[in-house]
Amino acid sequence: MNTIASLRIGEIGYISEGALEFIPLKLLEMGCLPGAEVELIQIAPLKDPLYICVNGSHLAIRKEAASQIQILKSEF
Amino acid sequence: MAKNDIKVALIGNPNTGKTSLFNQLTGLTQKVGNYPGVTVDKKKGTCKLSTTQNAVITDLPGTYSINPTSIDESIVLKTLLKKDIKESPDVILVVADVENLKRNLLLFSQIKDLEIPTVLAINMVDQMSRKGISIDLTALKEELNTEVVLISARKNQGIKNVKDAIIKCHVAAKASPMCDANYKIDPEYFDKLKAINPNFSLYELWLMVTQKNFPAEISKKEKEQLLSFNKDVSRLKKYQHKETIYRYQEINKVLKKTYIVDKSKATDLRSKLDKVFTHRIFGYFIFLAVLLLIFQSIFDWSSLPMDLIDTTFAELSDFARNNLPMGILSDLIVEGIIPGIGGVIIFIPQIAILFLFIAVLEETGYMSRVVFLMDKIMRRFGMNGKSIIPLISGTACAIPAIMATRTISSWKERLITILVVPFTTCSARLPVYAILISLIIPNTKIFGFYNLQAFTLLMLYALGFVTAILAAYILQKTLKIKSNSFFVVEMPNYKLPSIKNVAFDVLEKTKAFVFGAGKIILALSVVLWFLASNGPKSYKNAAENVTNNIENSQLSATELQQKIGSVKLENSYIGIMGKSIEPAIKPLGYDWKVGIALITSFAAREVFVGTLATIYSVEADDENTTTIKEKMRSEINPETGKQRFNFPAGMSLLVFYAFAMQCMATLAIVKRETKTWKWPLIQLFGMTGLAYICSLIVYQILS
Ligand SMILES: Nc1nc2c(ncn2[C@@H]2O[C@H](COP(=O)(O)OP(=O)(O)OP(=O)(O)O)[C@@H](O)[C@H]2O)c(=O)[nH]1
Ligand SMILES: [Mg+2]
Repeated sequence: MNTIASLRIGEIGYISEGALEFIPLKLLEMGCLPGAEVELIQIAPLKDPLYICVNGSHLAIRKEAASQIQILKSEF
Repeated sequence: MAKNDIKVALIGNPNTGKTSLFNQLTGLTQKVGNYPGVTVDKKKGTCKLSTTQNAVITDLPGTYSINPTSIDESIVLKTLLKKDIKESPDVILVVADVENLKRNLLLFSQIKDLEIPTVLAINMVDQMSRKGISIDLTALKEELNTEVVLISARKNQGIKNVKDAIIKCHVAAKASPMCDANYKIDPEYFDKLKAINPNFSLYELWLMVTQKNFPAEISKKEKEQLLSFNKDVSRLKKYQHKETIYRYQEINKVLKKTYIVDKSKATDLRSKLDKVFTHRIFGYFIFLAVLLLIFQSIFDWSSLPMDLIDTTFAELSDFARNNLPMGILSDLIVEGIIPGIGGVIIFIPQIAILFLFIAVLEETGYMSRVVFLMDKIMRRFGMNGKSIIPLISGTACAIPAIMATRTISSWKERLITILVVPFTTCSARLPVYAILISLIIPNTKIFGFYNLQAFTLLMLYALGFVTAILAAYILQKTLKIKSNSFFVVEMPNYKLPSIKNVAFDVLEKTKAFVFGAGKIILALSVVLWFLASNGPKSYKNAAENVTNNIENSQLSATELQQKIGSVKLENSYIGIMGKSIEPAIKPLGYDWKVGIALITSFAAREVFVGTLATIYSVEADDENTTTIKEKMRSEINPETGKQRFNFPAGMSLLVFYAFAMQCMATLAIVKRETKTWKWPLIQLFGMTGLAYICSLIVYQILS
């Protein structure tokens, strides 16, 4: 199962529709919506937190939350 | 506030420039910085909208939605739900960042649904061409059914339009909901909710249900009805999710018609800088290098102005001595007050440089990168990445640092941060450290280049940080508080610091440091001087007793005079007080005069030097000018016959000041932020107890 936490740096994924109930309200409000494009920009030195760009918002979130959110990786 | 003033509340996402706009409108200089969570409390100011109309503007903390997850955000919710006519805003000015308009409009749509007249100010339009953004303003106004203005708060553009829009919006008083999201989800459910009290908008009632926050106008029965909606938690959550998705759909529809981004025109400095500053290896090194650079600069740049201030104050003392009538009062001024104030003024260059660096770090956007880098480490010690901001700004002063913890949503992490922040070396400790170091550490170089005195100071700063971290670790293990740790931080764009913002910030903080300390020193000097030059019967008879004592018959006239001075001081009110606490502090290597300085330091640490200066000035009635440093150097411990401020006693004092909780203002803020006396008292006794034990150990080992 692919989640935001399984992206590599620079890789892009799309939040899957089924992820809705696993996204905390706060993240949803900040633009982390199903269908949105997510890019993993950077991983902190100790592998946590993750620095992502989603829907135009640049956010740092913890791995714990990121690994709850399923994504579809682009096939090409 | 006049009756017909318009009450305007500034609301918007964090870091969108609300405070910048507030400062432009009101002429005030509230703190601005390039990271989310700079403003953590509300602040009012007045603004002239037109020749006949004034407004009272309220600046508020930033928030991503009206569903708060931390204290600073809940201040916004409380302001919005207030129905009391004196407080509730007439017009809401939503400030949005042009670069991320989509997300900013989510909050806008929520506020529109509260049915309060709203103006939308799209800020930072100076960035539009660089980011390849274009906006169809007329269409946007129409789509949103709102006054919309494009502004640049930093460049002071469009402010007049904001004022006009506020008046227009207030006169029209039209307040229609934007999307009535709730009805689209489950009309039946929300019809029932709306029926509870038709005086409130549906969205207000919905917020009362989800946030359990009830204004006074809600009756007990209504409150119960509202609470019954709160029972089905999973349904509530589902509806909140649906609502957000629906809002974003509506916003996308609007933006499709009005907002165009041409990515090919956008320049991207951010990702290049992020590659360096958040790099997996270099990230930490850069952070460490930044800290060392700051520290080194504080020393290198300040030595010249400090020497200047030092000589100026010595000259001032001479001038005062030569021109004031002789007497005890002028002694107080010349030897107590002037050196006491000078002992603080001399640190203006150092703290101003420190404040300058902090302000620059805050304005560039680097702070949020540090938060990102440090989160994992801070979490191990029971804190949060966001705790690093208070720990860094605590080097200036613990009070704003403690306020800054409001952005931490987990109560346990926030409490731990509040409790350990006072260990970081604040600027008030600097005068004490500096004078003690200059007395006990030789001014030599180690490793061939590093000044030993500067190195000692660096070690004291490190001691503060390490103790803070260790204390946090212990607290994490012992505090039995359950709270969820959640962490999302927005990473702002890098920006060139605005010179005006940085300058104001440095100026405000430096002024607060000097005047805050100055007032206390002045007042304390006078009180101390009175207590030191008055006393009970034994004080009045001191001169007679000393002269008549057969043991003293061998003394020369000046020696006799000195003896009388010190016996008098010991028998003055302050001397009696000091003597009574002396047994407790003797094992640490201090005499009663240092003891008095320790006690007055509880008002503020920086009065240490001034207190000793005042006491010494009363004691010795000498004519030649000596600096307070020389006086401290020549103090003799009568029991050992050696210097009072020798290496062991000096080290013990340094350790005491590093650990002890000696700041009443901080205790008061901790009480306010934690809402009980329990935590400030734990700080007071815990930290001071630790200081006592460590100083005892240091002195006993070294001496
Ligand atoms: N380029 C540009 N920068 C701006 C403008 N207005 C504000 N800024 C910068 O944006 C940053 C945030 O400004 P603040 O006024 O502190 O924002 P705020 O909304 O009060 O932030 P919080 O209190 O944290 O919610 C600062 O670095 C400002 O200098 C603008 O019009 N153009
Ligand atoms: Mg602000």
